[in-house]
Amino acid sequence: MTISPDSVIYFYLGPFPVNATLLFTWIVMGVLVLSSWLVTRTISSDLPISPWQNFLEITVSAIQRQIKEVSNQEARHYIPFIGTLFLFVLTSNVLSVFPGFSPPTGSFSTTVALAICVFIAVPIFGVASKGWSAYLQAYIKPTFIMLPFNIIGEISRTLALAVRLYGNMMSGTVIVAILLGVVPLFFPVVMHVLGLLTGVIQAYIFSILAIVYIASASKSAQRNNRQSTTE
Amino acid sequence: MDMVTLVAVSSIVVSGLTLAIGSIGPALGEARAVAQAISAIAQQPDEANTITRTLFVGLAMIESTAIYCFVIAMILIFANPFWNYAITHAGK
Repeated sequence: MTISPDSVIYFYLGPFPVNATLLFTWIVMGVLVLSSWLVTRTISSDLPISPWQNFLEITVSAIQRQIKEVSNQEARHYIPFIGTLFLFVLTSNVLSVFPGFSPPTGSFSTTVALAICVFIAVPIFGVASKGWSAYLQAYIKPTFIMLPFNIIGEISRTLALAVRLYGNMMSGTVIVAILLGVVPLFFPVVMHVLGLLTGVIQAYIFSILAIVYIASASKSAQRNNRQSTTE
Repeated sequence: MDMVTLVAVSSIVVSGLTLAIGSIGPALGEARAVAQAISAIAQQPDEANTITRTLFVGLAMIESTAIYCFVIAMILIFANPFWNYAITHAGK
């Protein structure tokens, strides 16, 4: 039994080993890019629109509404980043229904990469909306003594973001693998369905937490008293 | 007991203890959060969407402590860093 898809190496591309994580990440990227390219190729603004265009519009507007509700800000700046995170994690979690597909989010390197994206995006969005001085002043907000704790909190929540997604996806894979050896007939299917539900919820939570972190760093002054976010 | 056996025994016992003890706190916390959320929905059914969303985010945060314990237990059993050390030093 393998604990991580990193250790399954399929072939070598020059000096670089192509493991299961990389390959399935490419498959997820291909599915996302190809499906959205196929749908938006025949896009139209007239009333009889194709069902797939309708599906994409529903997806995008649902993400937009969630961002707006959670962050109390315009969703226009955030939707490329947050929507990409959500769709990538959701697709890779849901595609694990196919036998032989091990989700790339079940590998610690993928989730750490995604969490580092969020870690970098927080100061970028914060500086872009508030400016350097206002963003840096948030680190010494209550008093100057809180500076190291704010920095530790910034790093530890990034680690928590990565470990949460990795642990949930890896536990689903490991539990199904263990149950296949103990009760192979019916029970693993039930746990697999539970794993699918967990995967969808984790994709949602990952993007919600990312938007909460970004919004708390880039909140402008007049909205400051309207919503106090967690963590 | 030689060193390899000692590492194996302590890893197995400690990983079991990690999961057993580490799941008590999150279980109590999640139960409390869900109970509060259900009574809040019963009082204000109109706000069910907001309550459910906050509940899920909060549950994920509570659950992450249990997930840390699970990850450590898995590392102790399947990817133990002390295992290779003990084997190489036991051969000498």
